[in-house]
Amino acid sequence: MNAKPYTICDIMAYTHTIGSRIWRFNGLKTLLAKASPARSGDELAGVAAESEEERMAARMALADVPLKHFLEEAVISYESDEVTRLIFDTHDAGAFSEIGHLTVGDFRNWLLSHATDTETLTRIAPAITPEMAAAVSKLMRNQDLILVAQKCRVVTRFRNTIGLPGQMSVRLQPNHPTDDAKGIAASMLDGLLYGCGDAVIGINPASDSLSAVITLLDMLDKFRERYEVPTQSCVLTHVTTTIQAIEQGAPVDLVFQSIAGTEKANASFGVNLTLLKEAHEAGLSLSRGTVGNNVMYFETGQGSALSADAHHGVDQQTCEARAYAVARAFSPLLVNTVVGFIGPEYLYDGKQITRAGLEDHFCGKLLGLPMGCDICYTNHAEADQDDMDTLLTLLAVAGVNFIMGVPGADDIMLNYQSTSFHDALYVRSVLGLKRAPEFEAWLEKMGITSQDGNLSERLLPGAARLLESA
Amino acid sequence: MSEIIENPWTRLRSFTGARLALGRAGDSLPTREVLEFGLAHAQARDAVHHALNTEALTLDIAAQCLESITVQSAAQDRAEYLRRPDLGRKLNAESHSRLTSLSKCDLVFIVADGLSAIAPEHHAIPMLQQMKHTLESWQIAPVIIATQARVALGDEIGELLKAEMTVMLIGERPGLSSPDSLGIYLTYDPRVGRTDADRNCISNVRPEGLSYEAAAHKLYHLMLAAHKIGHSGVALKDESDQLRLS
Repeated sequence: MNAKPYTICDIMAYTHTIGSRIWRFNGLKTLLAKASPARSGDELAGVAAESEEERMAARMALADVPLKHFLEEAVISYESDEVTRLIFDTHDAGAFSEIGHLTVGDFRNWLLSHATDTETLTRIAPAITPEMAAAVSKLMRNQDLILVAQKCRVVTRFRNTIGLPGQMSVRLQPNHPTDDAKGIAASMLDGLLYGCGDAVIGINPASDSLSAVITLLDMLDKFRERYEVPTQSCVLTHVTTTIQAIEQGAPVDLVFQSIAGTEKANASFGVNLTLLKEAHEAGLSLSRGTVGNNVMYFETGQGSALSADAHHGVDQQTCEARAYAVARAFSPLLVNTVVGFIGPEYLYDGKQITRAGLEDHFCGKLLGLPMGCDICYTNHAEADQDDMDTLLTLLAVAGVNFIMGVPGADDIMLNYQSTSFHDALYVRSVLGLKRAPEFEAWLEKMGITSQDGNLSERLLPGAARLLESA
Repeated sequence: MSEIIENPWTRLRSFTGARLALGRAGDSLPTREVLEFGLAHAQARDAVHHALNTEALTLDIAAQCLESITVQSAAQDRAEYLRRPDLGRKLNAESHSRLTSLSKCDLVFIVADGLSAIAPEHHAIPMLQQMKHTLESWQIAPVIIATQARVALGDEIGELLKAEMTVMLIGERPGLSSPDSLGIYLTYDPRVGRTDADRNCISNVRPEGLSYEAAAHKLYHLMLAAHKIGHSGVALKDESDQLRLS
């Protein structure tokens, strides 16, 4: 380590002169917030730029900040926040030597250059802090976020292989408002028959009670074993409930948790790094993965720190990138940014949701995470299916590891709109994207798809056998 | 000849309200499904932007032999309400002063638009009818009709009225298949600064979800329990199912 993280220097003032006006920004977190593309959450928090010129002045000032400086000035103090401590204590100074001479502006150019390939990006991932990733993203246009993310490659494994080139997986999300077993099974079958479910079959339970969670885990596991489906299951409940389920011998594949980018926001989710470590170890102890041992499934989303009043004046995109530092400490199988779920007070419209989705995917990939995206919106946001089609297409081009698959895009339990099984088929069709190879082979064996990976025109015997289980 | 590839598992629809077995045109949704979805979204959008008909609601409440007072949050219109949840949690100055002169009460019902004004328009009166007869011994304040309201607006109202508890009937965030779902929030000892952890919520109240009768039963038992232990929220468990058996 080249700097003692706890001797963080006094807050610096950053300036940029445009014409006769000197724009001044006190501290890195202010500079980052003012440089951030416009969004309602930063306006709600009172940290956003107050004019378009101020935003550009902040970006110009930010472009001149050396990456090294990010190792000297923390946006939330080292002493008061364990996520900051995690970021500084796990920084790879050796790998950083390759980029340590760059400013944020140079870093953008370096990321875009032809010489910076997949191998280079993989090598420097542990040298990049969330704040560096957030900073450079604020200087990047949407096409830059797509181009660089596409060069990143993060492959993870449990019962199948997710994130290979030319591949996109789907989380099958068969939620039901009362956790009715038949209702869930019906949606699950529909999804499998549409070729979805290779990322995970993951249920958001309506009830957090341990017995209800174990009932769902048992049901998913019996089904998976009976039909030898090469995928993993998950009931998305709090880690403490999952740990209890593991203690009671329940068949837990993936351990789920929502996480955020500050210690205080994580506390509002009822978690901290120690508890996450305990949950990770509990998941690993079962050794249920067949081709790999990535057992964690994390969900994040811009605005979660602000909604818990735990943002410390840091803009919501930087807070979100800090959540990825938490995620990468636990080698997850899947990290899902649930981009439009939180509502218009954080991301107002389709434009803001699109931008946030691309930023999150880029920052996560740059930090070495298997990023997926719940491309979604609520009915009080200024967004619709057309906006989701656009973001879906952009993220698929950017190489997103996985998306959601919800029957007809309408989640009747969580009351929001995500992507559908049909949406997944659409991007496969226009971009030639394949499923996880193990799952692709299973679908063909079952007669759900034909050799080319397209859905069969008729219901073949294997698929018919699946339906008999209903 | 139809270009639609139908799914021979439409019978699965009987197990769930999810949009199953939609069929496909190529790999895409058939026209009928695109239009059905578009209609549901249009209805949900209209529900978000529909203004609560406070005059009709005042008359309907009067017909239940109850007084009412209409107030508004500090959010001036829907656009501001959606962007500024903080403003939806406090009364505007004029509404605040109107409530200062009211006398102390045990209970105040607040009927609020929330994110779907059609939810209280459809369900507030039936819920008040269900509750009214069980509360004869309670000192009930005039019903407060609140517009551009978030749940926490009830804390300021309850504090001004020195109420022991507030019951807010508020429109929930509309889903595609549920544009008029009502949420009911019970807060004991309401005052500004209460959090969601201090409340009990009964969700999805509508004929297709939780019935008025079942919701009223839950609410009544939560109110009695809150009165007994002196607080509401996470420490107060919903044991109305057990109570019904005993």
